[in-house]
Formats: sequence, C-alpha cells, structure tokens
Amino acid sequence: MTEASALRARAAPAKAAEGSFSGGFAWAMARDLRIAWRHPDEAVLTVAFFALVASLFPLGIGAEPQLLARIGPGVIWVGALLAAFLALPNIFASDYIDGSLEQMTLSPHPAIGWASGKIAAHWIVSGVPLTLLSPLIGLQYGLTPDTLVVQALSLALGTPVLSLLGGACAALALGARGGGMLLALLALPLFVPILIFGAGAAEAQATGMTPMPHLSILLAALIAATVGLPFAVGTAVRIAVD
Amino acid sequence: MNWFYFASPSTFYGLAGRMAPWCFVAAALLAAWGLFLGLLVAPTDAQQGAVYRVIFIHVPTAWMSMFLYFLMACYCALSLIFNTRLSAMMARAIAPTGAMMTFIALWTGAFWGRPTWGAYWVWDARLTSELVLLFLYFGYIALANAFEDPRRGDRASALLAIIGVINLPIIYFSVQWWNTLHQGASVSFRGTSMHVTMLTGMLVMSGAAWMYAAGATLVRVRAIILERERRTQWVRDLGAA
Amino acid sequence: MTTAKHRSGLPIVLQGRDLACRRGPALLFSGLDFEVSGGELLCVRGPNGCGKTTLLRCVTGLTRLDRGTILWHGESALRDPERMRAGTAYAGHLPGLKDDLTADENLEFALRLRGAGATAARRREALAAVGLEKRQRIPARRLSAGQRRRIGLARLFLDPAQLWVLDEPLTALDDAGQALFLDLLDRHLANGGLALAATHHRLAPPSGVVRELRLG
Repeated sequence: MTEASALRARAAPAKAAEGSFSGGFAWAMARDLRIAWRHPDEAVLTVAFFALVASLFPLGIGAEPQLLARIGPGVIWVGALLAAFLALPNIFASDYIDGSLEQMTLSPHPAIGWASGKIAAHWIVSGVPLTLLSPLIGLQYGLTPDTLVVQALSLALGTPVLSLLGGACAALALGARGGGMLLALLALPLFVPILIFGAGAAEAQATGMTPMPHLSILLAALIAATVGLPFAVGTAVRIAVD
Repeated sequence: MNWFYFASPSTFYGLAGRMAPWCFVAAALLAAWGLFLGLLVAPTDAQQGAVYRVIFIHVPTAWMSMFLYFLMACYCALSLIFNTRLSAMMARAIAPTGAMMTFIALWTGAFWGRPTWGAYWVWDARLTSELVLLFLYFGYIALANAFEDPRRGDRASALLAIIGVINLPIIYFSVQWWNTLHQGASVSFRGTSMHVTMLTGMLVMSGAAWMYAAGATLVRVRAIILERERRTQWVRDLGAA
Repeated sequence: MTTAKHRSGLPIVLQGRDLACRRGPALLFSGLDFEVSGGELLCVRGPNGCGKTTLLRCVTGLTRLDRGTILWHGESALRDPERMRAGTAYAGHLPGLKDDLTADENLEFALRLRGAGATAARRREALAAVGLEKRQRIPARRLSAGQRRRIGLARLFLDPAQLWVLDEPLTALDDAGQALFLDLLDRHLANGGLALAATHHRLAPPSGVVRELRLG
C-alpha cells in the first residue's frame, strides 16, 4: 500500500512541543480572524443591529433635535452595548461544540494566551466596527464633532472591556440551560459601570465639561480587565470542558 | 484538635442544626432591642421628621447585603482553590439571604427617598450599584442552578461571584467619588457624626440582621447538604430514624 | 487489572495510582492503578458506560479526578500539568476541526496549537500520506467523516508528542484508513512512544507491546 509505505519512510520530527503566551495569542488571533474573514456575517450583523437600535429611539421618542442631542450619547452607548452583547455567544460556542476548546485546554500554550487572543479577535470583529460606525450614528442624533470624537474614544476604550467581561460570562455559561437570557443576567450587570462611564464621557463633552475623568476610569478598567480577566476566562473554559 | 473536623458535610450538618436556633433567638432579641431604640428612644431628626427611622432597617440591611456578598465570594474562592464541597454549599446557602437583604435595602431606601428627595427612585451611583448587586446575586443563583451537574454549577457560579466582587468597592465608595443625592458616610471607623442612640440602634439592628443571616444560612445549608449527600449512608440512616 | 504478557523493557513513562472518578451520581471507577512504558499500547476495554472515556480524559487532565495521581516520568502531573501537556496528544470523540478552514489550515492550526509548527511542505507530505493530497484546499465542512478523521491522523503523524491518548481511534475510518492508523501507531511505538487507547477493536501493531486494562 503506497500510503502506508510512504508513512514508514518518514520519521516524525524531533522538535519538542513548546508553549508560550505569544504563541497562544498569535494562534487564536490568526485562526479566529481567518474564520471571521470567511464568514463576515457576524461583523455585519452586529453593526446592522447597532444602526437599527439607534434608529428605533427617534421613532419611539420623537425626533425633536434638542431631545435627540441630549439623549444621543446614552442611546448610542446602549445600542453599542446591546450589539456587543449579542455577539458574545459566538466567542466560544462553536469551539465548544466541535471540540476545539478541549484541544485548547490541553495545549502547552498557557490559557491566558489563547483566551486573550480569542477575545482580542472578537473585539476586532465586533467592537471595532461599532466604534467606527458610532460617529455616523452620532451625526444622526445631531451631536457636535468634538462629542463624536469623545464618543468614539469612549467606545474604543469601553468595547474591549465589554468583550473581556462578556467573554468571561460566555465561557461560564457554556453548556448551561437558559441560553441567551442567562447570559444577559450574567453580563449586563457587569456592563453597567462601563456604560455609566462611557456614556458619561460623551455627555460631559456635550455639556461643556471635561471628559477626562470618565475616560481615565475607562482606561483603568481596561488595564485591570486585560490583566485579570483572561485568567478568569481560562479557568471558566477549564470548568466548562470538564 | 482537628481543625477540619467540621469541614465535612456530615459533621457540619449536626453543628449547624445546633447553632441555628441560637442564632434566631439572638436575632429576635437584638431586633427587639434595636427597634425599641430606633422607634422609641432615638430623637426625631430635625429635618426629616419621623420617616428617617426607616434608617434602622435600611442601613443594617444594606451593610449586610455587601458583607454577605463578600462572605459568599470568600467561600467561592475557598471552594475553587481547595475543591471542597462544603464551601460551595455555604456559598449557595448565603446567596438567597444576601439577595433578600439587598432587596429590603433598596425597598426601604425607596420608602425613605420619597418623602426626602421627592422620588421613590433616583439613578444615583449608590442606588444603581446596589441594584447591580441584586442582579449579581440573581446571576449567581441562576448560573449555579443552570447545570445538570451541581458540582459544575458550583464551580461556574463561584468564578462569577469572584468576578463580581469588584462591584463592592464601587458601591462603598460611590458616595465619595460622585456628587450624588445619597447621603455621605456618617459612620466610619474613625468616629461618627450622628447621635449616639441612633448609632447604637443601627449597630444593634446590624447585629440582629447578622444573626438572622447566620441562622437562615445554617438552616439552608442543612437542606443543601441533605440533598447533595442523599446517597450516603449517614443521610439514609437519618431518614430511617 | 492490567494483563502484562511481557513488557517492552523501556522505562515507565505514565502511571496512574489509586484513581477514582465520579460522574454525577455514578462512581465510575476507584482504586485504579496502571502503568505504561515506552513502546507499549495500553488498550482500555469494557462495556459501554463503564468509564473508558472518562479515564482517558482524567489522564489528560480534561476531567478532574476525585482521588489519585497521574505520574508523568515519575513526577505528579496534577501539580505541574504543563510538562505532561507538551508531551501528550489527545484524540477524543470531538474532532476539533473548524468547518470553515481547509484541511491544510486545520492541520496547520492544530499543530501550532500543540506548539509544533510544521512547514507547508511537511504538511503537504502528511496530508498526501493520509490520502488527502487532492483535498487539501477544501473546507472541512465538505469532507466526509472518514476524511475528517484522516486530518486527525495527519496531525498525529506530525505531532512530536510521546503519549497518544486515543478514544475509539478507528471510528469512521474505512479499511484503508484503519490500515493507515495501524501503521502510524506502529511507527510511533517503534520510536519509543506510548499510547493509551479506548477501543473495542483488536489492535495488533507488530512493533509494540499490547496490554489490556479492563474496566467495569
């Protein structure tokens, strides 16, 4: 049998398996981004949902310009938060079902590496498009250019924290009954401080005050989340795979 | 002396059964004394009138809501680090009482807020983060019960509780960090600015809440122990007796 | 519990001592001991539901043991799991393949995850050796079950792991695929590797020593 004899003729490579944080991070980013590139629906749907929700408020509340400018920052943040939330199950669901998560927990790469990589890839596919679209939505609400900039900045700082917190909750809820509602109960309370500071930053700018305190706190939250949450995500995945 | 004697569900079951009634008795006595102080002895507040007396329920339950969450998170950390069954059961037993305390704190706060601020609810920092705390309790309970395997539920919800601990400093410091409607801290380790009978009343009521929470947790953990360990010999012997 | 007809003579690499595991209400096994040396295949046998899969998952560390230790080269794997993970390749029920990636990409990422990079040329060789050279660039969702299993075989071919933990390795493989797998296994054992396999087939690689562990 030619296939079998081809096998016999080769020797397995002698290089030992090694794991590292950057190896795991690069692996997860490369893989998830490539899969997302083949299936852009998730990114497109997230952005479309955001635009849709933002359009509902003027229709429901009334399109008076002053009112819209007043509620704009908050509505945009709520819309972005809900869109980011809806994208959460996708982080781990398919890997859980096809067994990739098992292979990841067995990998010599430390869990914080690939956990950070997956969440970073998820942010690039969901959070970044939301941030980039927010100025357009802001124009719909009649926000001034400086407010638009602060809004986008607050989203740029806040959406990664949402991805990290939401990723941890999504990992915890793997295999649980209750589906999306359970995930909402877990993730949305944790999102509240980010929402308060994120929307607060844009509102501060809109009312003439400085947004720096809000943005600084968002940055601090981002640093704390980046340092602490990947470890929690790795632990949660280990619990899920047991 | 074996420090871990009571770390086993079977021995702790008996201990909890003996301790719980005393906790409830202590709670009843302290509550009677505290309410006496609060409703009858403490002077009427100059600005707010008699309605401020709800503070004697509101503040103790608010303190307990945070303390119980912290305690629950500690048990969760123990259960994850040492993989002990009883720690996880204690955490699960605390959660409903903690949620109840949070709810009472919010509700009595609304009672107090209406005459004082003109609204039952305001979205200020402390109330909002206390509301978030209520949802964190709900999330913990929901996640713990969302799995077929109770041990898996223990571990997942334990990690969730630990992540949520960050909310406690936010609640505590929120009145300092923001200019909010909620009253600033009048009680601290350095001293207090309030009348001594008010303070005594609040502390006594806090003790009552603490004793009640201990008693309720012990009773609940006994039920959890029976349910989890129902296939062991000692539980079967109990049932036969 | 282990039948030792003869041993391979190589040092013991993997040991399980006093293993016990409970899934839900059922105690699957307790007081279990086993040893595997280089060049040996330990076949785990038993009726359905007796805990074969759970035992394999406990050895890899996926599932927590209730009691007992796993020793890897004489040192506890529970205290320092990293060392054992680098040297273990696990092939369980779930394939670990992404539908949207091609066979070649799946192989590439599977190897990178194991910390063992392989050049495109090596991967092409491996896929050709398992009969997938014409299907390298086809997304995995369009491959048959047997072809997807063959991607797993290609991964084992290139994985430098010393221990293979295999759960029903012959599932979905046709006769040619099964012969391929046996050749791979034989090669692995001849090079001093070891394998732990849950299977109801009779595996008889010529180069290795086959021992049995019965559960249930």
